[in-house]
Amino acid sequence: MSALSIRDVHKRFGPSEVLKGVSLEMGSGDFTVLVGPSGCGKSTLLNIIAGLERQSSGSVEIGGRTVDDIAPKDRDIAMVFQSYALYPSMTVRQNITFGMECRNVPRAQREAAVSEVVRLLQIEALLDRKPAQLSGGQRQRVAMGRALVRNPLLFLFDEPLSNLDAQLRAEMRMEIKQLHQRLGSTIVYVTHDQIEAMTLATRIAVMREGVVQQFADPETVYNRPANLFVARFMGAPPMNTLPARLEASPSGSVAVIGHGEGEIRLPVPVEVKGWIGREVVLGIRPECITEPTRHFGHAPDAVLTIAASVEMTEPTGAETIVVLRLGSERALGRVSADLRPRVNEMARFAIDTRKINLFDPATGDRIVS
Amino acid sequence: MTHTVAAETRTGRPVTFGILRRLPEHLAIWVPLLLSAGHLVSFALWTVWISFTPSTLVPVSGWVGLRNYTAVMATRNWQIAFDNLLLFGCGFVLLSLLTGLLLAVLLDQRIRGENVLRSIFLYPIALSFVVTGTVWSWLLNPGLGIQKLVNDIGWTSFRFDWLIDRDMAIWTIVIAAVWQSSGFAMALFLAGLRSVDADLIKAAQIDGAGPIRMYRRVILPTLWPITVTVVVIQLQFAITTFDLVRALTGGGPGLATQLPALVVYDLMFQRGLLARGAAAAVLMLLILLAVLLPYAGWRYLQRRQAAHA
Repeated sequence: MSALSIRDVHKRFGPSEVLKGVSLEMGSGDFTVLVGPSGCGKSTLLNIIAGLERQSSGSVEIGGRTVDDIAPKDRDIAMVFQSYALYPSMTVRQNITFGMECRNVPRAQREAAVSEVVRLLQIEALLDRKPAQLSGGQRQRVAMGRALVRNPLLFLFDEPLSNLDAQLRAEMRMEIKQLHQRLGSTIVYVTHDQIEAMTLATRIAVMREGVVQQFADPETVYNRPANLFVARFMGAPPMNTLPARLEASPSGSVAVIGHGEGEIRLPVPVEVKGWIGREVVLGIRPECITEPTRHFGHAPDAVLTIAASVEMTEPTGAETIVVLRLGSERALGRVSADLRPRVNEMARFAIDTRKINLFDPATGDRIVS
Repeated sequence: MTHTVAAETRTGRPVTFGILRRLPEHLAIWVPLLLSAGHLVSFALWTVWISFTPSTLVPVSGWVGLRNYTAVMATRNWQIAFDNLLLFGCGFVLLSLLTGLLLAVLLDQRIRGENVLRSIFLYPIALSFVVTGTVWSWLLNPGLGIQKLVNDIGWTSFRFDWLIDRDMAIWTIVIAAVWQSSGFAMALFLAGLRSVDADLIKAAQIDGAGPIRMYRRVILPTLWPITVTVVVIQLQFAITTFDLVRALTGGGPGLATQLPALVVYDLMFQRGLLARGAAAAVLMLLILLAVLLPYAGWRYLQRRQAAHA
């Protein structure tokens, strides 16, 4: 039984269509991240799942039950908001128990549930404080406590870490992941941050302009993006996308970047018979272009060493980003932190050809064999 | 040398040139501001001084200590005015607060024609209190207004004669004042309701709060800073009320709707007791300060808390 299934959901606001037929299935225990640029409809979809907004057509099932005509409070869900949405006039304890108060849960039972949750989140000391007296991280914890205490079928997170500073965000990210691993809860998590999506999700749905571009596990989304949008959206720095043409060679298909003397020929990992002789877009992640001494897993034969001219280097501390010329195209590579290839000179780079992706230049879709 | 540096703006031009260039703006701001502030402060100080002199029909110098104050406070006129002020102030502030809040909550239900209704409720503020007072004096006149209308319809035993009832007349002032200014309270409350974080309402929806619990526990508690502001503004209006009473009841029947501002007017301009009137006016100022000073202190604390958070 799927924990949540969304079937062909459309949402229109007047003439503009915000969701254009979204269908997603999530299993129990899945951590699904809806990710996309702002305005892609991810928050609207979350609100529709919660019942805070009504879809124009399509249906939503939670735990095998159609909830289209069921009020938010009866959908067996809990939600964590970007602004935390803690009730400012109530103490932390009252914030956590407000839902149970509304459902007339006996006081003793409320107290037991609260003490369990505050122990889990380590916020015992804050119980009698008001939200205004808490730091951002503490508010975030209380907001999660309010969701956890309900023990719902489905947790909804609406950009919960966006208001935190970078360090706290990384900390809370780990905590959310640990909580998910410990409790095995089913989570739908909305974010515009692709790092949050990659680190937290068991399944990622990449959205753009109301359409799900790809719905798969993080590794697939990262290594085999369904189209150019996903390829460029996931990963920082983003995937290099370079015009190339496909040629046949005795050992298989080869992608050629550039013309004449400076051209680069890369063997292609997929069989693409129909595309021989045609223009394609070649996608390769910056970390697949690196110094020649690097080993990519245990596939020495997939590594190709080439010479390329270096345009610029950007040392980030953890690594050095290199801007180089592949053929006549500009591309990014990532080399070890202590390497500083000389600018405007040729240097040698290893390319992991297993992870080359090819895209149809007309539609942007990934070319599959 | 340092002087020249200090006297020049960052662009290198002398400061005097900048002031000359902006002379019209400075004139437009400072002259009226200084004039009105000067009027306010100098006449307030003059009134305080007069209240300690033996002046009667014309101002004279001299010092009589607190004699004028004790004399004013000993009069029945002032005592009644003060009691009325308590009754009117509390009744008016509470009722306009509740009416304003109720209107705001009802308007907040995303109803059709909200703009029209909002304008209608706000409209009375645009009227002069003299107009309000006069119109309500007709409406409340038993032989002319509401009572006559209901009687003429056929309910002949209906009585609504608070205007001429010594015990109830003060409430007619409350009714007219509430009618005039609850739209103002509504506007402030509506702005407050509209600025409640939408996520807060969503969270309460998911928690399962019904509409009543939603307002009582989640939305209305966020409005209390606005409530304090409304109370203070209405209170200072209540304390200085003059024209409304003058037009509606003239302080009567008898002394039933006497208020401090009417006492001041009566003493100063009808009985020619300038010093006593001044003393009464200073007493009013003290009552006003008793409201405004705590409010200023509260605002200061709020701002300091906000700065720390």
